[in-house]
Amino acid sequence: MQRPRYPRGPGMIGLYQPGTSVLHRLPAGWKLLAMLLAIVGIVLLQAPWQLGVAALAVVGGFALARIPARVTWSQLWPMRWFLLFIAVFQVIFTGWERAVMTCGTLLLTVAVAALITLTTRVTEMLDVCQRLLGPLRRFGVDPDRAGLVLALTIRCIPLMVEIVGAVSQARKARGAGFSLRALVVPSVVRALRRADAIGDALTARGVDD
Amino acid sequence: MAEIGFRNVHHRFGERTVLAGIDLTLTEHRVGIVGANGSGKSTMARMINGLVSPTSGTVTVDGLDTTAKGREVRRQVGFVFTDPDNQIVMPTVAEDVGFSLRRSGLNKEQLADRVAQTLSRFGLAGHADHPTHLLSGGQKQLLALAAVLVTRPQVIVADEPTTLLDLRNARMVSDLLYGMPEQLVLVTHHLHLLDGFDRVVVIDAGRVVADGPPADALPAYTGLLA
Repeated sequence: MQRPRYPRGPGMIGLYQPGTSVLHRLPAGWKLLAMLLAIVGIVLLQAPWQLGVAALAVVGGFALARIPARVTWSQLWPMRWFLLFIAVFQVIFTGWERAVMTCGTLLLTVAVAALITLTTRVTEMLDVCQRLLGPLRRFGVDPDRAGLVLALTIRCIPLMVEIVGAVSQARKARGAGFSLRALVVPSVVRALRRADAIGDALTARGVDD
Repeated sequence: MAEIGFRNVHHRFGERTVLAGIDLTLTEHRVGIVGANGSGKSTMARMINGLVSPTSGTVTVDGLDTTAKGREVRRQVGFVFTDPDNQIVMPTVAEDVGFSLRRSGLNKEQLADRVAQTLSRFGLAGHADHPTHLLSGGQKQLLALAAVLVTRPQVIVADEPTTLLDLRNARMVSDLLYGMPEQLVLVTHHLHLLDGFDRVVVIDAGRVVADGPPADALPAYTGLLA
């Protein structure tokens, strides 16, 4: 079956890549545990050659999941300026080896997190979170509601990007210069209105029932 | 078809009277509600689903008071909003339709089957794993409709579901709504969508000013603008 191509969108949030690889089929709980262990392992690395071995393992993970190179690239490319800044800072103050270790560690940890995101449905991750929160029920925590809050948080990121974009364009269309107040106030007002509307829709979908 | 009843319904938002004594019984398959902006038609529609409670009077669906028995009513009455972005909760298409069934008691396989059937009915089968925020406006509205219909409600209330859509997508959504076996209450400004409807109710300043088949009610509405 041909893998669907997705257009680029705000934040690339929730860009699950459907597939049938071992990584796709592995239960979300195991994947999240593996991610945690991998990140701890990467942070504890001491030498650039160890980082190289870890990088090969991460690349192997992407290959195993059959994630297209352009998708992998789109996950890591947004870090470029941040990594450049850290690298320059580290080279000046601590040396090239420390710069390689710091930037490599950051890059690999983000890559590992991206690999899990790309191969795991959000609902599967939320199920794990709800199971983990289950014991807190006796202290008044509602795992379903916590899961819903997490899902809505993920869903609202592209909506907020859209709102800020629309407000910014409206300002430009009116020929106004940049003003933080003119950006923040209407964005917050629109966000609150949308939150009201989403609340109504959740009620209509029986979330409170 | 369900019996939707408005009994002496009044509603106020602060000092403003939105509905002023609505008495209606809707039992037809397809009912349209039209009126100018601010006439009270959306408030009426929201009352059917229990989203808004009347200041006085009662709204019932098959005898269930929508204020007192909101939970039971919402299991029977699905609501489609104007802007589907407000209605879509989950990051992918199949997950959002599945969200509607989270408390249905279906097991994983049954839930996946029901979601797949529904997506297929709405031509969204090929988009099951597509991120919802990257869908077109028409696809988003189809998804919102699919997420409502997957719960198999008796009644669909749609509040201007084609207002934000282009001509092609509006036609696609309205054709789907018209072809549904479920009872439909459609609030719209697009009068041509009401061709073939069983009944049209015209609201003006919170009152019913015309009520009957489209051929009678729509000229009464356009006459208000003259």
